[in-house]
Amino acid sequence: MDKKDMKNIEKEMKLANEGLSEKERTLFSDARPTPVRPLNKYVEKFLNWARAESLWILGYGTGCGAIELRPLMTSRYDMFRYGIAPRPSPRQSSVFIIGGYASLKTIKRIVRSYEQMQGPKFVIALGSCTINGGMYYDSYYTINRINYYIPVDIYVAGCMPRPESLIAGFNKLKENIKAGKCDGMNKYAKNFDWYKANQKKIIKDWNMPDYNW
Amino acid sequence: MEEILRTLEQQFAITHQNKMRDDLLFVDVKKDQIISLLTYLKDYAGFTHLAFLQAVDRIEDKKFQLTYMLYSFQLKTNLGIRVFIDREKAEMISIDKLWAHAWQYQRELKEMFGIDFPGSPRVDESFVLESWEEMPPMKRDFDTLEYSIKTYYQRPGRSTNDPKKYMKKKLYNNFAKSPDTGRKND
Repeated sequence: MDKKDMKNIEKEMKLANEGLSEKERTLFSDARPTPVRPLNKYVEKFLNWARAESLWILGYGTGCGAIELRPLMTSRYDMFRYGIAPRPSPRQSSVFIIGGYASLKTIKRIVRSYEQMQGPKFVIALGSCTINGGMYYDSYYTINRINYYIPVDIYVAGCMPRPESLIAGFNKLKENIKAGKCDGMNKYAKNFDWYKANQKKIIKDWNMPDYNW
Repeated sequence: MEEILRTLEQQFAITHQNKMRDDLLFVDVKKDQIISLLTYLKDYAGFTHLAFLQAVDRIEDKKFQLTYMLYSFQLKTNLGIRVFIDREKAEMISIDKLWAHAWQYQRELKEMFGIDFPGSPRVDESFVLESWEEMPPMKRDFDTLEYSIKTYYQRPGRSTNDPKKYMKKKLYNNFAKSPDTGRKND
């Protein structure tokens, strides 16, 4: 993407924030997310190395997969040796682990937390439920494919995957980040309208800004 | 316990009795007698604890079955009171004056089955479902698969296997053929 495209996207229409009341609308930003252009090749390579070696995960357990994070944190599997640490706030974290099925209530919070995370940010989708719905494929309140609502970098299949598979997923994520393949944030910004339409199709009571800066 | 049952039979029109275990039995009662029956059980018979209130959709009989499960700490006995109400115009008397926590069950039943409890506090608020616009999802005429296909994007290529046949074919082929049914080399 060259500079001209970037400027066009920035100039595009502001977000409507129709879910908010008139009074609240002034309190939130109406700017759209914009794709970030990579820096100079060598600088970007160094930055990608740095990003890959300090993955901070958001401490937000969605679904039953969150239980796999406890053994991962503690001494048996010890994710700290890979440079992975849990963070309490989306503002400080760079990896979002979707731990299994996401109900409609959860997907609203997932979208909000994902948008609040600062870039570069990566998503690991854990378990079958995030891939095709898993055992909840016919449920009335759980979504089937998480990648229709937020971009996903790595899938870890299984029901439930053990912490070893999660570590393998982390290592694969590191490889991809170092190779510059994890571009989920830009994908989200480029296809913003498509993701938003999918989200708003299922979340009927949209009472937050269109993009949570 | 027999004494209480005899009183119930004499004073209330109990239509059916079912003893599952020594400490678990069910009685059926008419809808309009539920308040007096529960009041008697709570105040005089010692069934002070409402364990749960739940519904079953008897779609074949066009009825909802409500079960009030009571527990007595003296007798250490569970007593289920079953009431059948009309499915089309589902409405039931609220018991939040007897057990204050019943409003939460009633709110859930309103949301999941569409059974109305007039006068129950906050009964119209959503309980677990946010922004739900379809019919109550636990009703058996609600097709969840159809709704899921319509609303959430299915990933094509999903296949299912009968677990028993699949395991026989894949893993325990030799084991299944062997005349010895006991688990040997496992």
